[in-house]
Amino acid sequence: MISEQAKQRMRELAARYPVARSAVMPALYIAQAEEGYVSRAALEAVAEVLNMTVDDVESVATFYTMYYQRPPGKKVIKVCNSISCYLRGCDALIEQLERRLGIKRGETSPDGRYTLLTAECLASCGTAPVLQVNDEFVENLTPELVDRLVDQWEAEFQSEGRSQSQDRDQVLGQRPSGAGGC
Amino acid sequence: MPELIVTKHIDVPGIDRLDVYRQYGGYEALEKALREYQPEEIVELVKKSGLRGRGGAGFPTGMKWGFLAKNEPRYLCCNCDESEPGTFKDRMLMEKNPHQLVEGVIITSYACRVSTAFIYVRGELAYAARQVQRAVDEAYAAGYIGKNILGSGYSLDVIVHRGAGAYICGEESALMESLEGRRGYPRLKPPFPAAVGLYGGPTVINNCETLSTVPAIVRNGADWYASFGTEKSKGTRIFCLSGHVKKPGNYELPLGTPLRTLIYDEQYGGGILDDKRLKAVIPGGSSTFILGADKIDTPLDFESVAAAGSMLGSGGVIVMHEDTCIVDAVLRMTEFYRDESCGKCTPCREGTYWLVQLLERIEHGHGKLSDIDLLLDICDNISGKSFCPLGDAATSSITSSIKLFREEYEYHVREGCCMVGPKARKPAAAAL
Ligand SMILES: Cc1cc2nc3c(=O)[nH]c(=O)nc-3n(C[C@H](O)[C@H](O)[C@H](O)COP(=O)(O)O)c2cc1C
Ligand code: SF4
Ligand code: FES
Repeated sequence: MISEQAKQRMRELAARYPVARSAVMPALYIAQAEEGYVSRAALEAVAEVLNMTVDDVESVATFYTMYYQRPPGKKVIKVCNSISCYLRGCDALIEQLERRLGIKRGETSPDGRYTLLTAECLASCGTAPVLQVNDEFVENLTPELVDRLVDQWEAEFQSEGRSQSQDRDQVLGQRPSGAGGC
Repeated sequence: MPELIVTKHIDVPGIDRLDVYRQYGGYEALEKALREYQPEEIVELVKKSGLRGRGGAGFPTGMKWGFLAKNEPRYLCCNCDESEPGTFKDRMLMEKNPHQLVEGVIITSYACRVSTAFIYVRGELAYAARQVQRAVDEAYAAGYIGKNILGSGYSLDVIVHRGAGAYICGEESALMESLEGRRGYPRLKPPFPAAVGLYGGPTVINNCETLSTVPAIVRNGADWYASFGTEKSKGTRIFCLSGHVKKPGNYELPLGTPLRTLIYDEQYGGGILDDKRLKAVIPGGSSTFILGADKIDTPLDFESVAAAGSMLGSGGVIVMHEDTCIVDAVLRMTEFYRDESCGKCTPCREGTYWLVQLLERIEHGHGKLSDIDLLLDICDNISGKSFCPLGDAATSSITSSIKLFREEYEYHVREGCCMVGPKARKPAAAAL
């Protein structure tokens, strides 16, 4: 479901543009941020706010690669494989990532943690090879750096897992004694 | 070191904030423009400066502004969709000095009597978009954008619009379609945007670097700007140096600087990686023709690079050394055009697909000698016969590489492997 708040932001955007329809791309981003991808509910919400048909919104959404058709992993990793990164050895790094993450390019890991994608030139050729994790750049990649990155992501997921089980413990009232209330 | 124009303050800490930008003379050009010039006078000033577009085609900027139809409302689109392989200057300008861009957008809007300006930022460049948005917000708050700017009576709205992953939206008419909320298919030209553009109104569309240069021209004058560069290619531009060089990066140089200086000078590229031999250079992004190593003394200006057989394009200078398999490199570039073809017209949609198939076949040792001419034949059926220039662009690396390195294609067919590079058969191993 798309929240009323999100729809309100879409309406405000639509009013910013000379023609409401121009807000379809930012509106899709807003909807995607709530759903994780462009779901049916996302298409319907954008269509409703902008007074377009769902098919019309969908035809726009499917043209652009950054609107996901399916739920992506928690970390979306895009590795550039265009010419300048190619000249600087990106192919070996992509294979390294495939090995470490246990998925091929284009796939999402079954546990929903990672999506590994190749990307077209990311405007970072001077610091090639490069990747993006959830839209943030990591530049001047080396095999060592790629290993460190994957270690770091794994550690993040592990501590997230721990704090989630702690949350569960808290819900169950099994807080270690002395842990502060307010 | 030549005086820098558009990257002059790029490394000043905090230049991305309004207060620091102002300490370095920021928005003085805007104040001067509004106070001292009629809009048409700025158009004349930019004409006189000789500034030419930095987005690819090198069209004279002032002349483009002068073509605008007289009806209103008029629109400005600033093209920050930077996605030409080998190009990474606009991202730097947006991330590091967004106010300079915003000031350029406002001055240009004033010069062209535009009431709404759009800054179209490539979707993948999230941080750049945040930087530009923040600069726009600061400029609104300071009264540089909005109603009655600095008491001049001139009003302007600026909207930052994010793309969402489509190379074709860098093409100006596709960009306007995208801004109107549709799939990014190019439009038929004519009519040109200056006559019928965004929402059907007269529209000026310029590249990020082009507009980032405008404040300096207004501040220092047309003659000052025209004193850099060559007779026909005035000023400086940012060359994005990448590939097999020791020090890749963005280097702003006067137009006409020799390619050799950019690649070998210690201040810039610092020479070829691992001191290997230079094999080839792509001078203006992957859409431009490949030049052989013999063209190393070509001056980097529009005319000289054209005479050498290529184009200055987007300023993306891609360097390849002797261990580069040209077939594999061209395959990689062609895959880009196959994936980014918008699918609107048949020669490009189908042709780029066939080109990749043939190149794969040759690269992997299953090609026939006739495939090389077949590649050229398909290129001939795409180039000049497609709906927009992306089709032509897809063929540049193929036709030029076959002209320069035909024996390498033939070697692949004959020997079933690369002639050079990591996948080449080692002579000793071959003998065993
Ligand atoms: C396929 C294609 C992609 C393009 N991509 C860009 C781009 O990313 N950025 C850009 O400024 N111009 C791009 N252009 C050129 C624009 O169509 C347009 O000519 C340019 O933005 C005009 O600005 P200028 O006169 O300041 O150079 C592209 C052109 C084509 C055909
Ligand atoms: S040439 Fe290619 S990108 Fe251009 S309109 Fe035709 S299919 Fe689309
Ligand atoms: S080729 Fe990888 S960032 Fe440009």
